[in-house]
Amino acid sequence: MSILVNKDTKVIVQGFTGKEGTFHAEQCLAYGTKIVGGVTPNKGGQTHLGKPVFNTVKDAVLQTGATVSMIFVPPAFVADAIMEAADAGIELAVIITEGAPVKDMMFAKMYAIKNGMKTIGPNCPGIITAQECKIGIMPGMVFKKGNVGLISKSGTLTYEGANQVCNEGFGITTAVGIGGDPIIGLSYKQLLPMFEEDPETEAIVMIGEIGGDLEIQAAEFIKKNITKPVVAFIAGQTAPKGKRMGHAGAIVSGSAGTAKEKMEALEKAGVHVVVSPAEIGKKVAEVLKK
Amino acid sequence: MNVHEYQAKEIFSKYNVPVPRGLLATTVEEAVENAKKLGGNIWVVKAQIHAGGRGLGGGVKVAKSIEEVQKYASEILGMTLVTHQTGPEGKLVQKVYIEEGVDIADELYLGVVLDRAKEMPVIMASTEGGMEIEKVAEESPEKIIKVAVDPTIGFQGFHGRELAFGLGLPKEQVGKFIKFASALYRVYMENDAELIEINPLVKTGSGDFIALDGKMGFDDSALGRHPEIEAMRDLSEEDSDEREASEYGLSYVALDGEIGCMVNGAGLAMGTMDTINYMGGTPANFLDVGGKANAQTVAKGFEIILKNKNVKAIFVNIFGGIVRCDRIANGILEATKLVDVHVPVVVRLDGTNAKEAAEILQNAGIKNIITASDLGDGAKKAVLAAKGEL
Repeated sequence: MSILVNKDTKVIVQGFTGKEGTFHAEQCLAYGTKIVGGVTPNKGGQTHLGKPVFNTVKDAVLQTGATVSMIFVPPAFVADAIMEAADAGIELAVIITEGAPVKDMMFAKMYAIKNGMKTIGPNCPGIITAQECKIGIMPGMVFKKGNVGLISKSGTLTYEGANQVCNEGFGITTAVGIGGDPIIGLSYKQLLPMFEEDPETEAIVMIGEIGGDLEIQAAEFIKKNITKPVVAFIAGQTAPKGKRMGHAGAIVSGSAGTAKEKMEALEKAGVHVVVSPAEIGKKVAEVLKK
Repeated sequence: MNVHEYQAKEIFSKYNVPVPRGLLATTVEEAVENAKKLGGNIWVVKAQIHAGGRGLGGGVKVAKSIEEVQKYASEILGMTLVTHQTGPEGKLVQKVYIEEGVDIADELYLGVVLDRAKEMPVIMASTEGGMEIEKVAEESPEKIIKVAVDPTIGFQGFHGRELAFGLGLPKEQVGKFIKFASALYRVYMENDAELIEINPLVKTGSGDFIALDGKMGFDDSALGRHPEIEAMRDLSEEDSDEREASEYGLSYVALDGEIGCMVNGAGLAMGTMDTINYMGGTPANFLDVGGKANAQTVAKGFEIILKNKNVKAIFVNIFGGIVRCDRIANGILEATKLVDVHVPVVVRLDGTNAKEAAEILQNAGIKNIITASDLGDGAKKAVLAAKGEL
């Protein structure tokens, strides 16, 4: 089992024929993801990577029955692409694009919610159900099948965390990179209950960072609703205030959004908080062997 | 990206947000000339730097004669202004804004920012004008009125009334305030602002509202569609190392520790700093080489890290996903040719093509390079190397 995506999930790629779209779609196909086609306006009717290209998402959905879209279009067009997907009845959009304007995301996310479409990202590595379905840009070989769910704002910390869990002899059910922008789609609070319900998942790793309060919301949610053990790391304990640390959303403004505040809230909620990401694997092993 | 007060007020004016009349000067002569052009008998001479707290630092002076304008302009131009936001090194003042005096009856606060929890803009107003809003939020949060505006409906009358009545304004001023707040919301949305602050927002003796100060920050991701705002960028206000790094696709922030860090991914970069700290060392910088790292960018990264004389060791921590480790290894070799890497470099490469990378480094046989097996091992070795114990 897994959450959100599995080996049967039908995926289309928006921005299919571009450089990034092509490279990563090829990698996903090699991993076994059921990519059934793609969308590039004005290239409808062509074949790319052996799959059909459509002019619109509506056409693609109609012809292929896809339910998930992986989005690689340039940042200026990303809101349009998300809204087109929502309008066409896509159920989940995975937005890889980095540098989407915040205002655009405000509108795009509201429209997605109105149409019942879930979103992941933007500026994220995507989602992977180990050894079944990779929708994103993560190195597939890191993720071995297992019993740990993973949610992370950071791409490379997703790989780091998954790698450690696998090196300890465990594996991953599904890993979701939710992205580090100020406005993102699915977050801890929406993903945690999915892992709670997934019978295969026995422990959950959550990786957060400075900025915003999603981790605080998660802590409150965990306290009330999550019975499975959660291991957490919050990046940026040593980050200075008022400085943006790479991710658009990773900034301590005033005294809000510090790592310390988030770690304390999670600890109070019974989460196993580690001080260094180097301890994630060991902590998961400890928790699962209990 | 941030702009100066005079630039923020230029933008405000376009949207009919009232501001005092003012003129920018870069020399004392120009300052005097501007004061004469503005007329009147009271002027304010204001240092233009990207930092708050200018008044307390001596960067804002009220002049009651042309002679005083000359005196204050000559004091402020060329001074190194230190405020709680500039850091102890302060900022050189290269421009002053000469503004007409305003009849101040009361000082308020008005700001617009993104409410990340609600995912929409929030307008914040307070009767505690002139005070730092973070302090007000801490000491008396009830004095801040927050009204979130759903952008799909935009700023409505009820938003304005909630703010105006919340501030306890007399009824003849409610309409004027709503008009002001509505215009400011438009400034925020139409320019892809990240933050607007007017502190203080002045109520004049005649009951009008005017933006005495103005601060604006913009969403960097949206600058492409606002060339007129991008043209306002003042490079002298930005950290030169951070800027140089960004030109090479690197994201860099200087810190005050001893171990230089070169990492791929912002989260892992912060996690690496945290791990160094956890192992008893101190990070000298945040550096994310991004998803397109190559030999050239890695060399540039070394160069920027080594500009900092506090650096006693470097920790290269790469988990290859899109970034291939062999490219990073080649980058390290290239860098050692281009830059004099005089401190020990601990290298941990994992993920895509890690094996090839390890071979490249081994075959090169460069002294100073210490390989590490994982993140924890690498951080430990970097801490020891910085202490000269490895």
